[in-house]
Amino acid sequence: MQEYLDIFIKSIFIDNMVFAFFLGMCSYLAVSKTVNTAMGLGLAVIFVLGITVPVNYLLENYILKEGALGWLLGQEEASKIDLSFLSFIMFIAVIASMVQLVEMIVEKFTPSLYASLGIFLPLIAVNCAILGGALFMQEREYTNIGEATVFGLGSGIGWLLAIVGIAAIREKIRYSDVPAPLRGLGITFIATGLMGIAFMSFMGIKL
Amino acid sequence: MKFLENYIEKIKPKFEKGGKLEKWMSIFESFETFLFVLGNTTPKKGAHIRDAMDSKRLMSVVVIAAIPALLFGMWNVGFQHYMSIAEQFTFLEAFGYGAIQVLPLVIVAYAAGLGTEFLFVFIKGKEIEEGFLVSGMLIPLIVPVDIPLWMLATATIFAVIIGKEVFGGTGMNIVNPALLARAFLFFAYPSKISGDKVWISGLDGSTADAAGKFTNAYGDKIVDGFSGATPLAHAASATENLDAFHSQISVFDMFIGWIPGSIGETSVLMILIGAAILLFTGVASWKIMLSGVVGGAVMGLLLNTFATDTNVYMSLPFYEHLMLGGFAFGLVFMATDPVTAAQTEKGKWIYGFLVGFIAILIRVLNPAYPEGVMLAILLMNVFAPLIDHYVIRGNVKKRLKRIKA
Repeated sequence: MQEYLDIFIKSIFIDNMVFAFFLGMCSYLAVSKTVNTAMGLGLAVIFVLGITVPVNYLLENYILKEGALGWLLGQEEASKIDLSFLSFIMFIAVIASMVQLVEMIVEKFTPSLYASLGIFLPLIAVNCAILGGALFMQEREYTNIGEATVFGLGSGIGWLLAIVGIAAIREKIRYSDVPAPLRGLGITFIATGLMGIAFMSFMGIKL
Repeated sequence: MKFLENYIEKIKPKFEKGGKLEKWMSIFESFETFLFVLGNTTPKKGAHIRDAMDSKRLMSVVVIAAIPALLFGMWNVGFQHYMSIAEQFTFLEAFGYGAIQVLPLVIVAYAAGLGTEFLFVFIKGKEIEEGFLVSGMLIPLIVPVDIPLWMLATATIFAVIIGKEVFGGTGMNIVNPALLARAFLFFAYPSKISGDKVWISGLDGSTADAAGKFTNAYGDKIVDGFSGATPLAHAASATENLDAFHSQISVFDMFIGWIPGSIGETSVLMILIGAAILLFTGVASWKIMLSGVVGGAVMGLLLNTFATDTNVYMSLPFYEHLMLGGFAFGLVFMATDPVTAAQTEKGKWIYGFLVGFIAILIRVLNPAYPEGVMLAILLMNVFAPLIDHYVIRGNVKKRLKRIKA
């Protein structure tokens, strides 16, 4: 239980997708104009990360990794096969199909959110935070599928926290007298940097 | 005062439209409104209420409230210095020594910050905003005494531009400029703002001779075994239990504040006087202060229950946490900043609680930082708009229900 909690907290605060790695910035900047749409996209990202990371974990450990096919071919045969060069394309395929599913769900149940998210909903498929989640899972070598799931959900929640935070700030500064050249994306980048400084408070915590 | 008023009235036409010094109107106006409340009165019709308590007066109250901490800080700088070299001193000597060390910091912070502000006002051609009056006072109070002046100036300029002016000036910023200046120093020049040596004047830059005797930057001998570490650093480095720590420093010492630390943060007593001024005049929110203390106490108690023999620091009593480091100062002067704190009443409770809670959490659980108050307040500054958003949404929902019912 302890290690699950550690991974969960670590992936939300310490290894935050946006503030520690600056992943998923395009939709983070584009969809953060209002808190409500940011919340919608954030939930979609949590959902996609929460499913694709464990699915990719299974793919990685039972098909792609060197010797991972042992359950099918026997240990000796399997050790000769290393399919890890396929991992990018497999991960992307899983993510893309998952996003299709999310898109259908959102369109069916909340058409207004579907309309306001626009192109950025299908673009979750190429949101680098999602692929980043799968690749971090591969790199950090989680020992079982439970840890991978917790990591996926935690990263998603961290991303959601970041995007609703910046959305609330953008709503607040909408009527501020920002110098003309900085209006829009410029000030958002600066605000993101300031949020990054604030999030440094968690870096260095050992769990 | 009358002659000053007459003088201002006399030179005013020069600055008005068509006058010789028209360009300098914004700067002239700022001095005029700083000295005198404008003579505007309410129109005959309608219910307009006018109060002399404009934002300049508001800021002045905060500056006055910070003065006890500043004066005590000056004395403490001298006191710590003479203690480190074991020299006899009188009250005035200590105070004078401290004043010589501290006043340049105040002057540089004001000069750098106000200079930047005037530059922006000049370019934008708008009225001067008075927010820097407070920041310029608070920045010197939250830095170590030996900070090089150019670093202080750089950090101040950074904070004024990136923290405030790009967002549109006073009242629009999302993080507290004074804290941003400190965070800038902390991440850009960590060796000058953390560690065991920077807190006492002259100790940073001390040299050891062959016999292991230390001499400080001014050539005075330092007492054998003298450590300039802050009490928090002492407590954090305790290995078996806190007895040695408690024998060195009592709760009374923490309360009075004759301990090493940033210039204005050490004395809880002086900060409480400041807090009383702020609360009496209604400038700061008592909700944030109270909930911040509660949040810090809750986290302290939580840590106490989880304390083990391997982590002695966790067993530091919660009331000592509240008195040590920058907790009191941050909560009274920084967290209550009306611009960057949560604006809604319910939001203030949540905001204050989380400031206290996270400050102690970072302080104890994050070995990378000896102190967590600065970062906790910055973090909550960033999330204050989100808290407000959901508090307002909650209110809207409640009212909708009431209408339907």
